[in-house]
Amino acid sequence: MKAHYQSVLAGCLIAAAAACTASQTNSLQFPSTIEAGTPFSVSTTGSGGAVLYIVGPGQVIRRELHRGETVAFGQGEIHSAGHYAVVLTGSSPAETAELDVTAAQQPSALSFLAKPSRLPVDEHDGISGVAYVFDAFRNLILKPADVSFDLSEAGKPAVAQTAQTHNGVAWVRLDSAPKAGIAQFEARAGNVTEKRIVQQVPGEPCQLRMNAHGAGGRIAVQTDPLLDCRGNAVPDGTIVSFKETFSGGETTVDVPLKRGVAQTTLPAHDGALISVATGVVMGNEIRWQGGR
Amino acid sequence: MTGGRILAFFIGAATFVAVALGALFPIPSAVVSAGSGTSLLRPPSSPQVAVETLVDQIRRRDWDAAYQSLSNRGEFTEEQFVRDLTGAYSSLRSYAALDGFDFTPLHASADAAEMRVSLRWSTVVGTFQDVRNLRLTRTGDQWHVAWPIVLEPRVPPQVIPVNYLRWDVIYRGPEDDWGAQDVESPHVRIVDMHPVDRGGGVTLLGELLNEDVVPAFVSVKATLLARDGKAIATEDAFDEISHVLLPKQVTPFRIDFPGVRLAAVDSVRMNPSSSLVAASADPVIAVEDQKMTGLPQPTLTGQLENQSGQVVNIAHVLATLYDNNGQIVWVTDQYANRALLPGTPLPFAIGIPADIASRVSRYRVVTSSYTASRFQ
Repeated sequence: MKAHYQSVLAGCLIAAAAACTASQTNSLQFPSTIEAGTPFSVSTTGSGGAVLYIVGPGQVIRRELHRGETVAFGQGEIHSAGHYAVVLTGSSPAETAELDVTAAQQPSALSFLAKPSRLPVDEHDGISGVAYVFDAFRNLILKPADVSFDLSEAGKPAVAQTAQTHNGVAWVRLDSAPKAGIAQFEARAGNVTEKRIVQQVPGEPCQLRMNAHGAGGRIAVQTDPLLDCRGNAVPDGTIVSFKETFSGGETTVDVPLKRGVAQTTLPAHDGALISVATGVVMGNEIRWQGGR
Repeated sequence: MTGGRILAFFIGAATFVAVALGALFPIPSAVVSAGSGTSLLRPPSSPQVAVETLVDQIRRRDWDAAYQSLSNRGEFTEEQFVRDLTGAYSSLRSYAALDGFDFTPLHASADAAEMRVSLRWSTVVGTFQDVRNLRLTRTGDQWHVAWPIVLEPRVPPQVIPVNYLRWDVIYRGPEDDWGAQDVESPHVRIVDMHPVDRGGGVTLLGELLNEDVVPAFVSVKATLLARDGKAIATEDAFDEISHVLLPKQVTPFRIDFPGVRLAAVDSVRMNPSSSLVAASADPVIAVEDQKMTGLPQPTLTGQLENQSGQVVNIAHVLATLYDNNGQIVWVTDQYANRALLPGTPLPFAIGIPADIASRVSRYRVVTSSYTASRFQ
């Protein structure tokens, strides 16, 4: 209820200030621009009681005073960046002035969006990093500032790139590494650092090969270690489909890779054709002839 | 007005008469279905009455009475009889209710008879039929059923070493900054999709591939659009899909739009969705000896073999049927009603619509499995 009252009051004051701009006087004295959170004072002239309002985005401050006094505002009292109206009532018409509050220069927080969190190796411009730079009061710092982006993996030199913020935002695009692994993606502005994890995963399997041998009246089939075209091991859990086609029927098994290989057993049928595939990648075929 | 009242009177009177007749002279299977089986507790003076009484006892799960009425109860225990009907391990059968039955006399003489009884069990995923050939013999003036017991295999106590592979997921928390990244949803792709006009409606058939390196919980929603761009209907693949896909796994899907004409459809908007899910790479189920029999009752048969060490309580079998151009002509499924035990083959048979069977050139069968403690 109080908040509602304050907003109505603020609205009225802004409207009044706009209406009175033409009759603005110079009895109010204060810097026209300040940094968010810095202390400052407003001096007045004349005599008699008055009320000083400072109305801005998300903030309304009211002070009762005697004309001729100087009103001080402490550290952090005005903390939201934006355009403020300063209104001194008690005389007719009210005196108005304007105040600009800018974000502090020192970065204090970063909102860092790193996308995607998981991508295949060797993708050009596959990783995107976007950093929003804020001051201690969570005001977006609009003045250009340098943000450095580092993509690093254990045992390898980091890929570094620096970008300047435009309207508080800096961004880069980076290639994913040719080797699979966990990379740390870091954004730094001033003394502030934010880290994200980017998982670089193997691409499509490059060569799928299997071998088969007899095993107790059945056929044991096993793939070679499955690698992508960059030599990265395809992750365990990847499904490999074995299919055995024989006269009048077939057998299929979907097997997950474990320790790099997929293996299973199939019923032994002379003349059976055994094929293997994973996703949309086909492997070799084996014709099973008399236990070979 | 008067004519309407007369008509209403006659409809009301006819309904009353029909209800009264049904209550006074019910057909036996209706009595069983209605649950007032007490009227069937009569001496089994004929093969038909003996079968009806036994089925009623099974429906009421009056196992003791059912077992005691059998002529061959010396061949198995009551516990084995109950396991035959409800499953030795927790399975779809354990939670099924006998919904109805039909029987066909196969042979009859003065002292012996044979009947084929088809028990219709209802479950949360549909119905399944349990067909048994019953032999009946007359002792004095009473008929008794010899139950064709199916002894479910028991897995002997043992330790089966398995290298389990499992994924767990940590999602972002509510206290994280808005810029904090969340784990990426798995990337999935529809690799095939086309609509067919069938059964007075439109059916979408297709396949979905998990092209990521993590498991995905997937679903596919589709919207049929008319020429003016307006949506005609929206449906999703409910259980005609395998919802959990491991990396590089492909599932078929079928989405039915009953009552929609294909001619009215201009385009289809597909919306596959995926989310990360904690999953296990096991159990591995082989689908062995797949065969398709032709008319008059086209059926895809085979055996499921659980190659892992854990009991699969419910196995879902999905079959994709292709024509000789490699285009999908139908997707159909079946749930196994018995638990799938390690190393123990379990047969399945999926009926294929007769008009489609003639176009089938090849097929692909996949399974998904559910265990009592989790699903995969």
